[in-house]
Amino acid sequence: MSWLAAIGRYVIECVRALGHHAFFFWELLRTLPVSLKRPYFSVVQVHALGNLSLLVILSSGLAVGFVLALQTYYALVTYGAADSVGLVVNLSLVRELGPVVTALLFAGRAGTSLTAEIGLMKAGEQLAAMELMAVDPKSRVLAPRFIGGVIAMPILALLFSAVGILGAYLVGVQLIGLDPGNFWSAMENGVDVKRDLGNGIIKSIVFGVICSFVAVYQGYEAKATPEGVARATTRTVVISSLSVLAMDFLLTALMFSTR
Amino acid sequence: MNRKGTEALVGFFVLLGIAALVFLSLKAANLSSFSGGETYTLTAKFDNIGGLKVRSPVRSAGVTVGRVTSIALDPKTYQGVVTLDMQKSVLFPNDSSARILTSGLLGDQYVGLEAGPGEKNFAAGDTIKQTQSAIVLESLISQFLFSKAADAGATPAPAPAPPAAGGKK
Repeated sequence: MSWLAAIGRYVIECVRALGHHAFFFWELLRTLPVSLKRPYFSVVQVHALGNLSLLVILSSGLAVGFVLALQTYYALVTYGAADSVGLVVNLSLVRELGPVVTALLFAGRAGTSLTAEIGLMKAGEQLAAMELMAVDPKSRVLAPRFIGGVIAMPILALLFSAVGILGAYLVGVQLIGLDPGNFWSAMENGVDVKRDLGNGIIKSIVFGVICSFVAVYQGYEAKATPEGVARATTRTVVISSLSVLAMDFLLTALMFSTR
Repeated sequence: MNRKGTEALVGFFVLLGIAALVFLSLKAANLSSFSGGETYTLTAKFDNIGGLKVRSPVRSAGVTVGRVTSIALDPKTYQGVVTLDMQKSVLFPNDSSARILTSGLLGDQYVGLEAGPGEKNFAAGDTIKQTQSAIVLESLISQFLFSKAADAGATPAPAPAPPAAGGKK
């Protein structure tokens, strides 16, 4: 019968962790107005999370654009619909791949650096020292990083989509030889700014909140040992990725349902 | 990194994002196609709007001159009431006719406007009187079958056959 108790213990532990996450999120939101009084800290974080991720995001965007154009061309050319390559690539990027792949890359690159940084601060007792000096570590350390992540994510997702479309143009028009006029005009007619681009931006903002919050939480709650920090870093990537993918399904079902 | 450098880099990053947004909206989406110019509203009533959707184009001679802004059902006459947003630069005579056509064989449906021979133009808020509904495939097929049956019934020889066929069933 002890396995029954074990299941109960596990479920109670999950619910407790969920509640702890919610409390932490509420504390973080409460410190946002205070931390916005010193915007320079958030600006530094936007630089650390956004600017320094540009290389990985732009090169991934270009590569994804190349591959998408090739694959859609191979699939569409049998139906004589090769002129729709631009439209299909644009819709895939702007609606889905831009926000989701950027969020996964962001979680891997920026999320892990956030978690490691905060975890090491905790291991080096810097956060405890701040509390002793009556400096709230949540508003001084955590909130700027959260704000930086939320600001950087949508911009990175837009850049990913834009570079992906340019990459598709390079492969489709320059390499394969599709007609550039049809390429751009199919996109202009088929992509709606509010429905496709706007929903993609909303998605990337939501994913930014998820990735930044998970990274900051795992860093703050990491065990104050090197091994604890390493575990927290992997947990950040795994939890961010799974949450982003689950949330993506929910948001897509809500936003793109045929009314 | 000093303060000025960081702020400049972040500013550059945000500008890059705005440039990406502008590129995506203008070149890769339909923002530019109808943002210029003012519009006036026209209404049209159809018996059957078929697959017409909001934001479907209104075309005359193939050129897009407007968009469908709303579709509703008139509760009194049970007709579909379609509201059109027309570009102010193009005016139509007040006996123009509207039909619902399909672009290509399986494409999206749009409202086709044909200018009539009248003198006065539509004012804002007018209703287009002459309309033709969308083609419904089932009615077309049943029309075809009935006309075929009518042709077969017109010649006298097969006249006894239908009752016998009815009896055999």
